[in-house]
Amino acid sequence: MRYLPKSPAERQEMLAAIGAKSIDELFASIPERFRLKQALKLPGPFSEAEVIQYFKERAAVNAFGYTSFLGAGVYNHLRSVVTDAIIQRGEFLTSYTPYQAEITQGTLQAIFEFQTLMCQLTGQQVANASMWDGSTATTEAVLMAERITGRTRVLVARTLHPEYRDVLTTYAKNSGLHVEEIAYGSDGTLDQNILKSMLKDDVGAVVVQSPNFFGGIEPIAALVDVVHASGALLVTSITEGVSLGLVKPPAEADIVAMEGQSFGLAPSYGGPFVGVLASRDKFVRQMPGRLTGQTIDTDGRRGFVLTLATREQHIRREKATSNICTNQALCALAATVHLTLLGKEGLREMAHQNLSKAQFALDLLTKIPGVKRTFTAPFFNEFTIELPRSARMVNHELLKEKIVGPLPLGPSYPELTKHALVCVTETTTRDDIERLAKGIARALEQPVQ
Amino acid sequence: MSHKIKKATRHTNQNEGLIFEKSSPGKRAFELPPLDVPAADPAKALGPNHRGEGVKDFPEVSEIEVIRHFTRLSTWNYAIDLGMYPLGSCTMKYNPRVNEFVARLDGIATEHPLQPQELSQGCLKILKLLENCLLEITGMEAITLQPAAGAQGELTGLLLIRAYLEKQGNPRKKVLVPDSAHGTNPATAVIAGYDVENIKSESHGQIDVDKLRELVTEDVAALMITNPSTLGIFEERIPEIAEILHAKGALLYMDGANMNALAGIARPGDLGVDVMHLNLHKTFSTPHGGGGPGAGPVAMKKILEPFRPTPILVEKTGHLALEHVRPQSIGKVKAFSGNFGVLVRALAYILAYGPGIRQATEDAVLNANYIRKHLEGTFDLPYSLPSMHEVVFSDALQKRNGVNTMDIAKRLIDYGFHPYTTAFPLIVPGALMIEPTESESKEECDLFIDAMKSIAHEAATDANLVKTAPHTTRVRRLDEVGAARNPILRWDPSRPDKTTVQKKADVAEARHREPAQVTPTA
Repeated sequence: MRYLPKSPAERQEMLAAIGAKSIDELFASIPERFRLKQALKLPGPFSEAEVIQYFKERAAVNAFGYTSFLGAGVYNHLRSVVTDAIIQRGEFLTSYTPYQAEITQGTLQAIFEFQTLMCQLTGQQVANASMWDGSTATTEAVLMAERITGRTRVLVARTLHPEYRDVLTTYAKNSGLHVEEIAYGSDGTLDQNILKSMLKDDVGAVVVQSPNFFGGIEPIAALVDVVHASGALLVTSITEGVSLGLVKPPAEADIVAMEGQSFGLAPSYGGPFVGVLASRDKFVRQMPGRLTGQTIDTDGRRGFVLTLATREQHIRREKATSNICTNQALCALAATVHLTLLGKEGLREMAHQNLSKAQFALDLLTKIPGVKRTFTAPFFNEFTIELPRSARMVNHELLKEKIVGPLPLGPSYPELTKHALVCVTETTTRDDIERLAKGIARALEQPVQ
Repeated sequence: MSHKIKKATRHTNQNEGLIFEKSSPGKRAFELPPLDVPAADPAKALGPNHRGEGVKDFPEVSEIEVIRHFTRLSTWNYAIDLGMYPLGSCTMKYNPRVNEFVARLDGIATEHPLQPQELSQGCLKILKLLENCLLEITGMEAITLQPAAGAQGELTGLLLIRAYLEKQGNPRKKVLVPDSAHGTNPATAVIAGYDVENIKSESHGQIDVDKLRELVTEDVAALMITNPSTLGIFEERIPEIAEILHAKGALLYMDGANMNALAGIARPGDLGVDVMHLNLHKTFSTPHGGGGPGAGPVAMKKILEPFRPTPILVEKTGHLALEHVRPQSIGKVKAFSGNFGVLVRALAYILAYGPGIRQATEDAVLNANYIRKHLEGTFDLPYSLPSMHEVVFSDALQKRNGVNTMDIAKRLIDYGFHPYTTAFPLIVPGALMIEPTESESKEECDLFIDAMKSIAHEAATDANLVKTAPHTTRVRRLDEVGAARNPILRWDPSRPDKTTVQKKADVAEARHREPAQVTPTA
């Protein structure tokens, strides 16, 4: 087998050196009745070509080749081939968590740069070395706020990504937290009056996403005063990081939880992505996850190490700030390379293209008879439209034109069954948008089934 | 004194500052295709939300600088691609490149998790096959591929147990965790809402079955066992352990981190385990990538199936589907459907081996025992029961001369290896936890054995050389105490950096630092 560097003769030599007559002797500590007598029933063994063939056959019946207007937490963005050229280097790909700093300075310095970039993007003071994704980062941000405030009530905007709310609910159930939803107003952002009425001195965290699930930008600076007045902390969740190229960062928030998939990671049917957790320096000891810090060696040279490990599971065990061990390091490296490639101007330009194309799409779509813009809040690259008939039916027609239409909101928002979430990025061409508009118009002209 | 270091030799290694220190306004590394729609006015579109300038202090460099920066950084790392990485319980095996290739295919990497399921049948088939393969390997009856890592798998497993016990009428209060357990075990139990009760291992480092019998009451929800244990020793009494728990209505959770000793040889499901997680980034070869991503699927017996996190993969007539509505489910543990790209890599690994996966396990156990045989006597072996895929020594003999496991580990770096796991498991003071995996040739194992013997000799005759190691890395031992006392966690242009400025190649410095004792061989 090509992954095993042993010849039969070498195996014999090694057994002889051990003093065992056969490999079975080395498994003698497993009671005989549990040792498998037959090989497992598994497909294979496949040569490399057969492995590739298997996956190519699976790939052939998926959606590649369709034009997609889906966002909702996972975004199609341009990715440079340079990123893979870096992260596929064996020294990055096949290295381990940098517990032994002297021999893993490459990983450590890259993480330090990642932490820095995340602070620069979000306007926060400290960021960790990554969480699993935006949904678990948001959840851990809430748990962190609970630790800091000692309170158990959590208010969550209904405009927070439905799957993020589900994950938070799963974790909250067993942490003694009570999670309540804050309704949105007619402009599609958090209803501040409802928030004010719900805020009492028992709320630890208020969670707001911006741009929110409907694409609308929430007024974070205005919200923070209201939240702080009651002694709660503001947690801001961001699913579309490219927005930070043009949208003011939530610098006033206490904790920011972001999904970094937009920074050079393929959609890959939902993962692996990269969670970002950023906050103020004063809260750092309550942060979950790894942190890389700058230090010096015995000669005074700058170097980097994992630090403040007393927060973590391998030191603190049951008293740790989180159980997280393996994080998303290689994805964080990909994001670091990607953002370094984009740079200040590239990120801004990418964001501008998103904004421009989304505005163009909104104009074109709302010209179709019966199609209306749902909410009035400013948006970045996602917005919600109302259709005169079921979004599902329209999408069914669009599929015939090899278009994956906007996400119907009905399943997650029963009050919005005729509405759909349109996402447009810099990868969407003008032609794509015009085809979408024509396709929707045609679908609406069909007689109702 | 001199000795021969056979594996590694010095080579020029470039300095490299932070990317921010190379930045200069106006440089760009990436260009976009031109805008094909009217340009929006951001100030008008976003109003007070408009970020007027670009991200402050964001780097501005060219493409070649990005390539050089990260390439130089990469040369500072050790990696499996370079040689043996004997970290215990991490299973640092070869990361097959075909796995990287298939994960990047158009039609795999490009798929959106919310796209229509009729256009995702390829993805769903991959998930289904992986589920079936992992069930076959573990001998369990149901599975979820959702959890993002082992620790999340542990949490999912405990939440499944809680849901099951809740349905019986009483979720119970505590979870038993051996003192040899990985730190994620107790940390996870707390997040699942349980109190942790530690159970002390017996004199051979195994679960103390008599103590267990005392401790298992109807307040105990589960025992979290690692098998083989974190000492690399098979828990022979696991069927008895399962019985004790089951008799009191409690369940047995297995931490599957050490599956590399069992795949194809024995199945946890046959041993009485009720629920377990797997670490795909350990046993199933997905790359560690400097700390992740991983995946932590959870396999379970039928009784826990109704509580699985959503979405659930189901077979309908002629197609597969993901179902999101499951009344008894514990809910979602992560958005979308798991770390799909990692799952693809694990399936590629399994397909490459097929039923021959047993050979990998045999080679892993062979390597560990070969190393144990050669180092027994040189290093103290605190627990003498047979080792499986890893062996745990202690630094007791070297401590006599003031040399501890961390010192030995740092000196091992000079010999061209990554250190083994130091100071874990907690039940072995001064532990040296060594797991070679099946990916090591006899040659690499022999080099490792020679290196360890040589270091033991140094510890006895020139302790200071070991205590001040490493000598040949680009940085010497780093001040971790200082790093924690005064945390600097990001680059900040307003804070002066008083450390030595890094120029391209400090040739003079290298000559000055060449320790006479280290003689590279030809």
